[in-house]
Amino acid sequence: MGLGPQLGVSARNRMTWRDKVAQMSWPMVFLIGCIASIGFAMLYSAAHGSADPWMDRQAARFAVGLAMMFAVAMIDLKTLMRFVYPAYLVSILLLVWVDFAGEVGMGAQRWIDLGVVQLQPSEIMKITLVMTLARYFHGLSYEDVGRPLSLVVPTLLVLIPAALVLKQPDLGTAGMLMMVAAAMFIAVGVRWWKFGLVVAMGIGIAYYAWNSPDILHDYQKARIMTFMDPESDLQGTGYHITQSKIALGSGGVWGKGFLQGTQSHLDFLPERQTDFIFTMYAEEFGMVGGLVLLGLYVLLVAYGVVIAIRCKSQFGRLLAYGLSFNLFCYFFINTAMVMGLIPVVGVPLPLISYGGTVLMTVLIGFGLVMSVNIHRDQRIGRRLGNEDA
Amino acid sequence: MRKLPNRTQSRVFNRRAALMGLGQAGLTLALAGRLYYLQVLQADKYKLLADENRINLRLLPPSRGLIYDRFGLPLADNYPNYRAMLVAEQTEDLAATLADFAEIVPITERERAKIMKELSRNRPFTPIPVKEDLDWEQVSRVEINLPDLPGISIEVDQKRVYPFGGISAHLLGYVAAPNEKDLESDNDPLLSLPGIRIGKNGLERQYESPLRGQAGQSELEVNSVGRVIRELAREEGTPGKDLVTSLDIGLQQFVQQRISAEFSAAAVIMDIYNGDIFAMASTPTFDPSAFYRGLTAGEWQQLTSDEYRPLTNKAIAGQFAPGSTFKIATAIAAQKVGVSPSFSVFCPGFYQLGNMRFHCWRKQGHGHLDMPGALQNSCDVYFYELSRTIGIDAISAGAKELGLGDYAGLDLPGEKPGVIPSRAWKKSTLGQSWHPGETLINGIGQGFVLATPLQLCMMTARVANGGYAVKPHLFKAAEPASVEGPSAFPKMDLDQNWLDVVKEGMDRVCNVPRGTAYNARIPIPGMEMAGKTGSAQVRRITMAERATGVRKNEDLPWKQRDHALFVAFAPVHEPRYACCVTVEHGGGGAANAAPIARDIMIETQRRDPARRNPNNEGGRREMP
Repeated sequence: MGLGPQLGVSARNRMTWRDKVAQMSWPMVFLIGCIASIGFAMLYSAAHGSADPWMDRQAARFAVGLAMMFAVAMIDLKTLMRFVYPAYLVSILLLVWVDFAGEVGMGAQRWIDLGVVQLQPSEIMKITLVMTLARYFHGLSYEDVGRPLSLVVPTLLVLIPAALVLKQPDLGTAGMLMMVAAAMFIAVGVRWWKFGLVVAMGIGIAYYAWNSPDILHDYQKARIMTFMDPESDLQGTGYHITQSKIALGSGGVWGKGFLQGTQSHLDFLPERQTDFIFTMYAEEFGMVGGLVLLGLYVLLVAYGVVIAIRCKSQFGRLLAYGLSFNLFCYFFINTAMVMGLIPVVGVPLPLISYGGTVLMTVLIGFGLVMSVNIHRDQRIGRRLGNEDA
Repeated sequence: MRKLPNRTQSRVFNRRAALMGLGQAGLTLALAGRLYYLQVLQADKYKLLADENRINLRLLPPSRGLIYDRFGLPLADNYPNYRAMLVAEQTEDLAATLADFAEIVPITERERAKIMKELSRNRPFTPIPVKEDLDWEQVSRVEINLPDLPGISIEVDQKRVYPFGGISAHLLGYVAAPNEKDLESDNDPLLSLPGIRIGKNGLERQYESPLRGQAGQSELEVNSVGRVIRELAREEGTPGKDLVTSLDIGLQQFVQQRISAEFSAAAVIMDIYNGDIFAMASTPTFDPSAFYRGLTAGEWQQLTSDEYRPLTNKAIAGQFAPGSTFKIATAIAAQKVGVSPSFSVFCPGFYQLGNMRFHCWRKQGHGHLDMPGALQNSCDVYFYELSRTIGIDAISAGAKELGLGDYAGLDLPGEKPGVIPSRAWKKSTLGQSWHPGETLINGIGQGFVLATPLQLCMMTARVANGGYAVKPHLFKAAEPASVEGPSAFPKMDLDQNWLDVVKEGMDRVCNVPRGTAYNARIPIPGMEMAGKTGSAQVRRITMAERATGVRKNEDLPWKQRDHALFVAFAPVHEPRYACCVTVEHGGGGAANAAPIARDIMIETQRRDPARRNPNNEGGRREMP
């Protein structure tokens, strides 16, 4: 996979539009196109062989999103960095707003109705958090990272949105935010023992809270248990995951064929156009189809990681890495959840599940990764504006 | 170039990204492994579960076989049952639809409650029966108004109809919904179908399996709430086989009506050569359609507590003392052990055995009689002497050879075996030894002896056909080639001469002025019958009563009156039909049973079902 022709360092800082378009990661665009096409086909199938009501809308959003992706890819990293903290602030405000005034969907407040579009601030947060952490860590040297105090601010940057998302309640997104943040902490070189300490403390606090009747009542514990293990609820989520496994298993090696998935088309499968779309796909296209799709995602993630490694600036590196890891979390959590490996937590399958905000944010995320690729040689000082760090 | 901290950062980043990459690869492999596990290793299990989810098997009831009489008239038929069905989800206002429907076809409060219950129990797309058995006018009125009756539709299924009702009720039985016991003993999935009816009695039960047929199957694809999406496959069932019976429903009708004048009676007419039952009637009878729709508790109570037992087919399940009709068996048994027909006895009106005195029905006695004469006069004293001479075990053996004391093997449920006593029988059932006096009274068909009208008819047939062990049956083989001729029954070890003596006696019963049934003779040339009367006492007549004069039957309560019996065959010189008429507590056989038998025999020969049978012509061999 070529990452575009090599240009001189000085040339990189003075790129023309033509240069940038030439540096665009076309293989990545191709991969995105492949996955999105699978998504359109599945939305067509989910509507029993009709473009209405899902495929046509998703395709229109994809077109808009693709345009935004290309536009974002053109923005150089320095310019991007200026928008990071304001964007973070806006995202936090949106989260606060959704917590108090959001539309209830799927038993949780997740949407803000803007009239024209419905916005899911938690999805936007996934992108802005990565940007924010990248921006913050960009300002730290490796030695700075070693100082525990310097980790206080990024930890708060993560915990505030995670707590707001958890309040909705949306365990999946909160978990994803934490996982992506953890990956970035690891990538900047935070010492392993500190992770060990945090994990140990977390377990200790959870253990104490669980066993202290003053903190958690029994009914609260019961609610937490159902939340953590929905399969124990046989009428609700448990039924869904069972039907999902039946759909997957009955697909076999080659699948039942496009539009032929009995579980999906006879309504045994819940949420087949959103969270459980992978199940429908694997029912109709079998294990072979499932592995092909997983392969496409792996390539896309790997492509993003390679872009991160090749980037000269810490901000670009962390941005590309965080967004790639975010993509990994998306497809891993979603597929593991519909296969019954982890509890059902409501994480969509990127580029495939029906849903505007996710599609937009994921595409903007790819735009950012592409921007990192295009501007990989851009030099950015620790303090913004200082070219020679 | 000075060492930039950036270099350390990128080195650390590369190392850690690679490490994380390994972890991510591992997790992705876990996903692939899970896919392999679900879609390859467990695929068969999940395919089965998916099919169980989506495929709903629905049974298609086969149409029940029809039952015909020998001439092809339907005795049990399937009629279309027009039902109005309601699909709740197709109407916006259920109550309004029901109210509109009720204006066209009235619905009772009870029916409405049942509809509401069914509606609440079923999914809104399940059709609920609103009203069964609509007539043509109602159907057309509903059809015309269908646009104003959203959710209502007309559906057709089948109902069992017995065009002859009570006339054939004891023979056909009836069909009804299977009960718990049926479901336990029979695991045909058909029984689980709502609305299925199975044979509960009579031929409907006897031939249940061929009549029922095989259920078809419809494989339906359904969605998660059970709504039918489409039919995947359909396998039509095999309709039940039709049953052609030996019955002549016209004769059956005549016989049933003829005996219905009595409180309780039974009559059987059969072909003496091939065992075809032409008519078999038992009165009182019942209405089989009541069982189809389901009896109320009151109706059931009434039927079961009735003194005259309308639910019992007395022709096969009524066990009566045969009285003097049994003398046929005693006469055959005596000749079998070597007694000559010229064996003569003087009848003074009574018979003294030790200190016991046995009376003849004719107080003044019969004087000297030989065997045919004793039969003609039904002399008790003659048969006391004959019985004493040969003993109970010889009588028993002869009677059994003629088919008494055991199941006749008729293809109809509920048959009773009767009783033919012997020394061993008394020892084993009562634990007592045999008294000589009992030989006398059992020899004239009293005492322990019990027989069903069917058995007595069969006995008469065996005498009339020249000693073939004919057995009665209600089926009639459809193919002429497989019709059972007389040779299908084994010849019994009976000399033609012995039979001729009995037939001579029976001829004289009807056709000689002093014969006991001379008054009930058939005066039509060529149709004359031969017969034997029987009046079976059901109470003991005490010495005191004899002294003051035996009370007449008409003066006794019904339960204490004699059973009136008459067995006959006709035409006397070229016999084809045998008949037995039993009037329970009907009084004297000559006066109360013989006239019925006469009328039946005239009608039988007038109709001549044995020879009018189209399948019979040319095919069946006649006895020489």
